[in-house]
Amino acid sequence: MFEIECPYCGRRDGSEFSYAGEAHISRPSGDEEISDEAWAGFVFMCRNIKGVQAERWVHSAGCRRFFNMLRNTATDQILAVYKMGEEPPEVEKQPLPSPSGESLGSGNDAVQVMGKGET
Amino acid sequence: MSRYSIFSLLREGLNGQRGWGRAWRQPKPEDAYDVVIIGGGAHGLATAYYLAKEHGISNIAVLEKGWIGGGNSGRNTTIIRSNYLYDESAAIYEHALKKWETLSRELDFNIMMSHRGVLNLAHDEAEARQIKRRIEANRLNGIDSEWLDARQVKEFCPPVNVSPSARYPVLGGSLQRRGGVNRHDAVVWGFARAADALGVDIIQQCEVIAIKTRGGAVTGVETTRGSIKTPKIASVVAGHSSVIASMLDIRLPIQSHPLQALVSEPVKPAIDCVVMSNAVHAYISQSDKGELVIGAGIDHHLGYSQRGGLNVIEHALAAIVELFPSFSRLRMMRQWGGIVDVCPDASPIIGKTRVKGFFINGGWGTGGWKATPGSGHVFAHTIAHDEPHPIAAPFALERFTAGALVAEHGAAAVAH
Repeated sequence: MFEIECPYCGRRDGSEFSYAGEAHISRPSGDEEISDEAWAGFVFMCRNIKGVQAERWVHSAGCRRFFNMLRNTATDQILAVYKMGEEPPEVEKQPLPSPSGESLGSGNDAVQVMGKGET
Repeated sequence: MSRYSIFSLLREGLNGQRGWGRAWRQPKPEDAYDVVIIGGGAHGLATAYYLAKEHGISNIAVLEKGWIGGGNSGRNTTIIRSNYLYDESAAIYEHALKKWETLSRELDFNIMMSHRGVLNLAHDEAEARQIKRRIEANRLNGIDSEWLDARQVKEFCPPVNVSPSARYPVLGGSLQRRGGVNRHDAVVWGFARAADALGVDIIQQCEVIAIKTRGGAVTGVETTRGSIKTPKIASVVAGHSSVIASMLDIRLPIQSHPLQALVSEPVKPAIDCVVMSNAVHAYISQSDKGELVIGAGIDHHLGYSQRGGLNVIEHALAAIVELFPSFSRLRMMRQWGGIVDVCPDASPIIGKTRVKGFFINGGWGTGGWKATPGSGHVFAHTIAHDEPHPIAAPFALERFTAGALVAEHGAAAVAH
């Protein structure tokens, strides 16, 4: 569970907020000419980033206003909160230790011990 | 592979249990394979098993970044059922359920399959109508499904509170008697042992870092344990489908969410079936150890942290206590989270991609466990023939462009 700093109301419990998807995605213009692929890309496809993502939240049980957030989706660390229409602020890069985001060799000790005596 | 039997059990009993061999090898990765499967969960191992058994392709590596069955295969609530509304879903989940019925025998491994019945409760008139419609659809597809009124629900599962004065009174429910639960580790180990015996290399602690291509076709993978050449790569990675697909610049219609489950302290046998309720959002069964196994909902934000919010658990337990007032004093013993890849239509993605030789099986959302043997079976066919199995065809990635969604959200007794 998060505590989220609403830019209008201040720090509140995460259960007051709703997630509203990746931020800074604009609807393609020219509805008539858009290909099915481009339309599916806008409606359905997502980057689904593991790492730092710019995303929209709404303070649904509070001021009911939308705002943006930079959050590391691998760790849930909130790096910045900023208002709609603003550019995302510069934050320190948070490279993942591996594509899965977990340090290598993590996990079950039993497997690691067995791994040494490979047959 | 030595067969497990009453005789091997007796022999080892007299032998002080010293003669059991390892159930599968710990091979070093070779330089090249015919097929590389990314992900050593139940779906991935099932895929390898059916490729080796039914399609004669045994030069296969299953690459697992952690340990086999340590991801969602070890985190789910093991509920098996096939009572989905739409024909496409009914076909694949029933395909799986038929395989579950004989899987212990086939794998020579007791997966502790228990067809104890799955009850989906209705709490208002609209939901009762919807469930009755689904029961009829199930029957048309040859799937056992029946309506129980409140009195019959009480007879079938006595701890359920069917009082008309309940906050959300139980009006009845659907029952699939062939549904049930099994033991997730045993399924993983059974598939691993059987696949290994057919020559499949199961390589743990081996994470894929990059996928190599040439001329729009895959040529191999780069892993933490060296590079491996292969003409066919199958991604079966549950909570990380988008991470693997992004290595090839493929976007998927998937959002990853944390999903939690929890178990209570062990108690004497109390419920001998599975009870699910969409309206109050709860599902519960009792393990053979006596723990009540309870599934919570997803956190609605995108997240890969394998941790969910406490408010989600509170919500699930409020519903459980509402349905089963007698459980209100039970203490919860363990709680955990996993990452579920949810598609917009709550149906999986199985099939080919625009990169030749790259196959994907993922997006099972909150309910992939029940499909394991069916999923592995149709995916193996898809990989071997480079063409979708008829049951897998409706679940191709192209459905999001064509608009032919299999919209099971809310339709399929799916508790989300």
